[in-house]
Amino acid sequence: MRLKSLMAAMLAATVASGAVAAKEFRYSTSGDLLGLDPYINNEGPTNTMKSNLYEGLIHRSYDLSLHPALATDWKQTDPLTWRFNLRKGVKFHNGNPFTADDVLISLDRIRLPKSNMTFVVTSIDKIVKIDDHTIDIVTKFPDPTLLLNLPNFWIMDKEWLEANNAFDVEEGATVKTFANLNVNGTGPFMLEERVPDTRTVLVPNPNWWGTPEHNITKAVFTPIGNDSTRVAALLSGDVDLIYPVPLQDIRRLESTPGVKPLEGPELRTIFLGFDQHRDELLDMPGSGKNPFKDVRVRKAFYQAIDINAIKRVVMRNAATPTGLMIAPGINGFQPDMNDRLPYDPEAAKKLLAEAGYPNGFPVTLDCPNDRYVNDEAICLAVVPMIKRIGIDIKLNAQTKSLHFQKIGRKENWNTSFYMLGWTPGSYDAHNPLQQLMTLDGDGQGTWNCGRYTNARVEELTDMIAGETDVEKRNAMIREAFQIHKDEVGHIPLHQQALAWGVGARVKDVKQRPQNDVDLRYVIMN
Amino acid sequence: MLAYVVRRLLQSILVMLAVAFIAFSLFNFVGDPVNNMVGVEATNEERERVAEALGLNDPFPVQFARFVGNAVQGDFGMSYRLSIPVEEAIASRLPATLELVFVAAVLALLVGVPLGVYTGLHRDGFVSRVLLTVSLIGISLPTFLIGILLILIFSVWLGWLPSFGRGEVVKIGGWESNLLSWTGFKSIILPSITLCLFQLTLLMRLVRAEMMEVLRADYIKFARARGLTNRAVHFGHALKNTLVPVITITGLQIGSLIAFAIITETVFQWPGMGLLFLQAIQFVDIPVMAAYLCLVAFIFVVINLFVDLLYYAIDPRLRLDGGTRAH
Repeated sequence: MRLKSLMAAMLAATVASGAVAAKEFRYSTSGDLLGLDPYINNEGPTNTMKSNLYEGLIHRSYDLSLHPALATDWKQTDPLTWRFNLRKGVKFHNGNPFTADDVLISLDRIRLPKSNMTFVVTSIDKIVKIDDHTIDIVTKFPDPTLLLNLPNFWIMDKEWLEANNAFDVEEGATVKTFANLNVNGTGPFMLEERVPDTRTVLVPNPNWWGTPEHNITKAVFTPIGNDSTRVAALLSGDVDLIYPVPLQDIRRLESTPGVKPLEGPELRTIFLGFDQHRDELLDMPGSGKNPFKDVRVRKAFYQAIDINAIKRVVMRNAATPTGLMIAPGINGFQPDMNDRLPYDPEAAKKLLAEAGYPNGFPVTLDCPNDRYVNDEAICLAVVPMIKRIGIDIKLNAQTKSLHFQKIGRKENWNTSFYMLGWTPGSYDAHNPLQQLMTLDGDGQGTWNCGRYTNARVEELTDMIAGETDVEKRNAMIREAFQIHKDEVGHIPLHQQALAWGVGARVKDVKQRPQNDVDLRYVIMN
Repeated sequence: MLAYVVRRLLQSILVMLAVAFIAFSLFNFVGDPVNNMVGVEATNEERERVAEALGLNDPFPVQFARFVGNAVQGDFGMSYRLSIPVEEAIASRLPATLELVFVAAVLALLVGVPLGVYTGLHRDGFVSRVLLTVSLIGISLPTFLIGILLILIFSVWLGWLPSFGRGEVVKIGGWESNLLSWTGFKSIILPSITLCLFQLTLLMRLVRAEMMEVLRADYIKFARARGLTNRAVHFGHALKNTLVPVITITGLQIGSLIAFAIITETVFQWPGMGLLFLQAIQFVDIPVMAAYLCLVAFIFVVINLFVDLLYYAIDPRLRLDGGTRAH
């Protein structure tokens, strides 16, 4: 905390700039990428870097819209089959031409057991090569989200994989692999140098098929873990863009000439969940009771939380309170359903009394302290709000590794009341339904830590997965969300805001709601 | 002498085993590395398979035995986070840390000892009082605060020095050096000052106290009575006799410098072993944590050994019995 208050003084400082090449763009975030193999790690900063170097058939732009990339156009020929025309004349960084065979081998490779990106192609049955520049993608079932998933299906070069014996996907932790240390994509940037934890240097690909929107000659990515150092690096002109900016420093950046904060909504939804499965609450041994099985208790907790106070005080207005489990921009978002139950401690007390707990009960709130923006501070604000309605609540805030282990399957969902945040990896409503709000199927409920379940929601979720009619599908999503909302399956809190700091040398940069920098859209002065 | 060295080195193996054992028993409390490795969309089966492949499902004694068994063969495993062998990861970071520690130690000695002599000789001088007051800051301010303050002044306000990183490094063989390029040299200034400040002030205060003690001794009075110059008395007789404790402290402090480098390296994003270790903790990168702790234990043992050997060189009284035996 002392460190943070010191930053206030630091941020009032003037800006000095170093001598760097004209259009060299230097940027920094808190962590380094985990590797370069497009299929080993599914992790934010790593995926971003991959999309600078590799391309999918489709590109997802900064505003989340889909655009042709390695495919020029596509159409559905029957409910299960999509015809894709591939772009001609595209070359990989090493000069190899891009053809249908590269797509085929990429599908084989991304499906290897040790790949962590398999989820983007789960619906694909096979890819059929029609000719060198035409393919048919055949899905196992009619998949309305196929196109949404394709941007993260990065295409690799067949000859390169074979020549370097790099076909196998291995978690880095077991073997050192060629594809994780080298890059050969078709993307607009090429790797010049990578020193883990120090810098990753990219240069524009002179043979890229597209017309670059950016004007940078070189991009240097440096991870800086310490918040204060990162802000100081921006202020001193050592880097041109940083994210995230600690919320308490945003006003300061505004008042400092030469740098400016850039804020926008993020796709991640932060929420609280309850254990609705155990017959006896962890904190009430011997009672034989789990109050959270009663919807009135869950509703009482919801109404006890003053989300506007959290937004104003804890988040310094850099948050958008939400009533849904997905953010605007995600396919299936329902603007008219995004209202919250009103904040009303008196009604909450009444609900608790009705449920048979007029004197409350003991419960522990599990919370991470280094994962989301001000995560622990949010929980610290929630605790007295819940206490006010008579609940004997304790806070257990700890580092993310321990938090996720405790609330996850590893410790058998060892939690009664917890905080979690979620960004749908497929940009579609089905993803949170599948991962957070249902239990019964294969691969479902991976992070449904409170094991919320409702027969109709389970049924709807399975139907949504295969429904291609947009209107019918939307109606099902609405129904599932409405049930979840009425039952207070979780307490959605807010979408946190993105906070970036941009230096004077940058003319324009597009802030993607995934909280990452796509170098395609960086324009320097 | 040789037997003594060998015995000490053998003891170091025991120390490292103990450190590894304690470290391993603590790793159960740092969380599950699998979550950091597989991404949120991974299914339960995928998680289970990763845990199995890494041997995380085995009981603690088995994991420990496997680590020791591999370690004695020089294999510390693969870093979960960096996907390269741990030896490689540590070897690539070692030069950055050692160079930083070296520069900091030299700074501390070159500045700390003369200041200590000066304040010892001019006890009540105005400059001495100022220096002693300022040195309190060095002793009492935490490292990260000093680092942030220096960045604020020299990077943000004045714009003279870079705020993070190593700048350009020059490769000589396997060693990457900061001292041979201008940006590299500029980059090492702030971190090394941050790192050395505590030791510098400690040394200064130690030398001062020792000097004042020694200057009261009879042989100093006698030296003055013989009409020796001040210079000969102060540096030839007094300073030399303060050096034994100074060497002990310096030696032990080099160990702490390497350990404290964790904080300095984090503040300055200095790509050394300390930063590697901190990132390993956040990621639950068990192989890196285990290897780092063993290495630091080893460095401590070696430094202590060196300090003991230096005593022989500096203090003739310790050499005495070895010397007589040789005759």
